[in-house]
Amino acid sequence: MYSDKVMDHFKNPRNVGEIENADGIGEVGNPVCGDIMKIFIKVENNVVTDAKFKTFGCGAAIASSSMATELVRGKTLEEAWEISNKAVAEALEGLPPIKMHCSVLAEEGIHKAINDYRVKQGLEPWEEKNPHSHEHDEALACDH
Amino acid sequence: MGEKRIVYMDHSATTYTRKEVIGAMIPYYAEHFGNPSSIYGIARESKKAIDTARADVAAALGAEPGEIYFTSGGSESDNWAIKGVAYANRNRGNHIITTKIEHHAVLHTCEYLEKDGFTITYLPVDKYGLVDPAELEKSITDKTILISIMYANNEIGTIEPIAELAAVAKKHRIYFHTDAVQAIGNVPIDVKAQDIDLLSLSAHKFYGPKGVGVLYIRKGVRIDNLIHGGGQESRRRAGTENIAGIVGLGKAITYATSDIEGHNRKIRALRDRLMKGILEKIPHAYLNGHPEKRLPGNINISFEFIEGESMLLWLDDEGICASTGSACTSGSLEPSHVLLATGLPVEISHGSLRLTLGDVNTDADVDFVLEVLPKVVSRLRDMSPLYQKSGKEGGCNV
Repeated sequence: MYSDKVMDHFKNPRNVGEIENADGIGEVGNPVCGDIMKIFIKVENNVVTDAKFKTFGCGAAIASSSMATELVRGKTLEEAWEISNKAVAEALEGLPPIKMHCSVLAEEGIHKAINDYRVKQGLEPWEEKNPHSHEHDEALACDH
Repeated sequence: MGEKRIVYMDHSATTYTRKEVIGAMIPYYAEHFGNPSSIYGIARESKKAIDTARADVAAALGAEPGEIYFTSGGSESDNWAIKGVAYANRNRGNHIITTKIEHHAVLHTCEYLEKDGFTITYLPVDKYGLVDPAELEKSITDKTILISIMYANNEIGTIEPIAELAAVAKKHRIYFHTDAVQAIGNVPIDVKAQDIDLLSLSAHKFYGPKGVGVLYIRKGVRIDNLIHGGGQESRRRAGTENIAGIVGLGKAITYATSDIEGHNRKIRALRDRLMKGILEKIPHAYLNGHPEKRLPGNINISFEFIEGESMLLWLDDEGICASTGSACTSGSLEPSHVLLATGLPVEISHGSLRLTLGDVNTDADVDFVLEVLPKVVSRLRDMSPLYQKSGKEGGCNV
């Protein structure tokens, strides 16, 4: 059911772990719904120099976290903010429709981590497009 | 490189078809292919084969051959039993009692009937998945026409007190149906001694072919037809018979019920060693279902801090076939209704693993799973933010 790319990122996840003294941390999801993602970023001169993750979830959730951390590395915060869930899913050569919410979680995790950084820097957080992804798409809603 | 080793531990999903069963089926495709409803010689051969299979099934269940009806499988049997009794007895009442842990073939049929004016009671179960006969008796009303309770649960393996539950039904003169799809071959069944009025079976769960099943209907039960058409199966189930399938089912049930004790002893020994090994080797793991009143091949364990589908993917990578009650494999986002009914927290239901052993499994299979599974669980826990948060990193019995 999964593409080779998803299986590759599931079996050999890139950037697993935590960053000590991370500049930004984003945690999204809910154990009741079966997935939690925690994204850590290191920022230098407005550029994401390192990104790591820890994820509780299915194969698609782990692969999406891995791909999202790959995509943000080396990007400016503005560029990283623009990485959409579709971009994550496309980079993974597609996700089954029921698993698209995993890529949404990855996008949100990145946004939360960036805003965490901004707030710590005394800056205004940027407006998050999809707060609480689990509610935003009725077909994929987890009621908890 | 040798061929990849496959360790099949998903016998509750389906079993392979026994060689002897396939051998018995083959002549009924090209040789004795006649339509049993026809009059000529080759048709009589087909007719005879169905009669033999019907007698074999009756003997295995303690029923009369005239009470055995062949269907396309467990789902049809459940649909027929419930819809057929509901519509034939509507003048007597519109209340049906079932449980929260039934197979979807029962649950969704009941939900369908709810849209047509029937009232359904879904009995709760205790933390082991057991239905309480006293609870059943309390839920009976003067409108109750049918009680449907599964013999053994497909996910957690819990074996229900069927004779006690059926006795309650009999006392109140209410029809009692049981889905015995998982039970047959694992527990001795005697429909007369156990007061069972209707019972569903599916051949592919006991080393028979897919696409064929049985509904036992006790003589005298008022039931409507589900499949209308020709006069097959004593005018109760239309459609040209799946002769090869029926022959296979008859053979398979004879094998499956010939030495239940011996079969169980062997499977249970393997299962117990595997179950004990997993619980000893992996911390934060909990057994779901009843410790003793469970199917001999069933293991259902929840692992905290990880999700079931990612476990299955890694196990599959090692050639181990298993299943999970996690939402992620069910096509919905809700975890198993059975685990939730036992009171298991949602987040732990997502981390459940079901291993169901069968005739192919060996001691080497058990050793292999005991070697692979702890590594899979620990790899996933290492990347789980919940594991770290809980402060349980490293486990408590290293």
